[in-house]
Amino acid sequence: MCLAVPMKVEQVEGSPDDFTSEQLATVNMDGISRKVRLDVVDRWPEVGDYVIVHAGFAIHSLVEEEAKRNIELIRELASHMPEEMLQGGDGS
Amino acid sequence: MKHVDEYRDRALIEPLAAELQRAVSKPVRLMEICGTHTMAIFRSGIRSILPAGMEIVSGPGCPVCVTSAAHMDAFISLADAPGVRLAIFGDLFRVPGSNGSLAHASSRGAKVEIVYSSMDALDIASRHPDDLVIFLGVGFETTTPGIAATILAAQRQKIDNFCVFSTHKVIPEALDVLLQDPELQINALLCPGHVSAIIGAAAYQPFVDRYHLACVVAGFEPADLLNGLIRLARQIGEDRPTVDNIYPRVVSWEGNHRALAMVDEVFEATDTQWRGLGVIPGSGLKIRERYRDFDAEQRLAIVVTDVPEPKGCLCGQILKGQTIPPRCPLFGSRCTPASPVGPCMVSSEGTCAAYYKYGETG
Ligand code: SF4
Repeated sequence: MCLAVPMKVEQVEGSPDDFTSEQLATVNMDGISRKVRLDVVDRWPEVGDYVIVHAGFAIHSLVEEEAKRNIELIRELASHMPEEMLQGGDGS
Repeated sequence: MKHVDEYRDRALIEPLAAELQRAVSKPVRLMEICGTHTMAIFRSGIRSILPAGMEIVSGPGCPVCVTSAAHMDAFISLADAPGVRLAIFGDLFRVPGSNGSLAHASSRGAKVEIVYSSMDALDIASRHPDDLVIFLGVGFETTTPGIAATILAAQRQKIDNFCVFSTHKVIPEALDVLLQDPELQINALLCPGHVSAIIGAAAYQPFVDRYHLACVVAGFEPADLLNGLIRLARQIGEDRPTVDNIYPRVVSWEGNHRALAMVDEVFEATDTQWRGLGVIPGSGLKIRERYRDFDAEQRLAIVVTDVPEPKGCLCGQILKGQTIPPRCPLFGSRCTPASPVGPCMVSSEGTCAAYYKYGETG
């Protein structure tokens, strides 16, 4: 039921505090546009941000920077490896 | 989708996979409790490179699978009630009850519509003013904020032929019951990615304190998963359990306040029955009295009566991590995705469906 892939926000309608208007974002995934609800998103997104969508509702918004920082953390973990591998293989 | 490709990059995956082999110094028996993790782990092929000493069991992470046989039967009998039109998530359609499924009800004329979002049920209600549209609420913390928002929207738009049959559940209470089971013996938890986006990584701290459980909140891409397993193995190796959030691009420590506030506005905690786990106090969500007009159980005075599990089906034990699908005598013979006996073979996130699809024979 979860779509784990962040979708890019192309357009935002409504405002975070006005529940009488429709709170919608148009998002794009693999070239296909669709509307998602923003009623329960943690942080109101701006055009160009990304959202995680579950059953038609954005549940989280993230900026490009956050996505990058996360992959860098994993890269760091991976980049320690050659060194550790050398130590681990230190049989000679 | 640049962000995704990076998490699938071979140059990143290979060193992580190699590190995983070395990270396991003490036995790790970890549970995942998220249907999307179940599928992602199978799809990534990680199971085939698991180091000796590391075992992954699936817990009660598939919402359709943990829906009790009693609730399933109540759903199906609602479908046959006159003037009722059901709106459901697709996964529920083919789950067998004691007497056929919603799919069977639909083929004999019951009005059952599959929706992508609960908001679609409001459109259906507007289009069919003479029917009472009932949304069958099945799901965990990730799903309930949207359902709460839908109920609030129905109230705003004065749609009075719409209501929700809430069998929604929360994960931490169920996890607590599972961890008290001496047979389970897990020492690590791969915390669900998107449930955690709502409830926050802080929700797992009590399990570290109470059960000395290693906890990692991880995403769904191969690099996320490998990173998660490595960190769990290290926590156990160093005997330093903690809550490690390696999915900060989506999950915060406190969770999603807006969503939690909306859920709290509409729902309150109640005791509810889980398939396999029985009734767990405070593990369900029912609609608050002030929204009773949107509560199907109140409007139709629905009575849920206990019924036995499908004969021979081991879903209950599988959901508790006590056995695996290939040990079920019906697996792959009498029970297949085309002709399922239990919900774990129907749902796209079910453990039996995953084992079947990826040809795992245990
Ligand atoms: S294989 Fe079928 S019958 Fe056996 S536990 Fe899974 S769903 Fe139930």
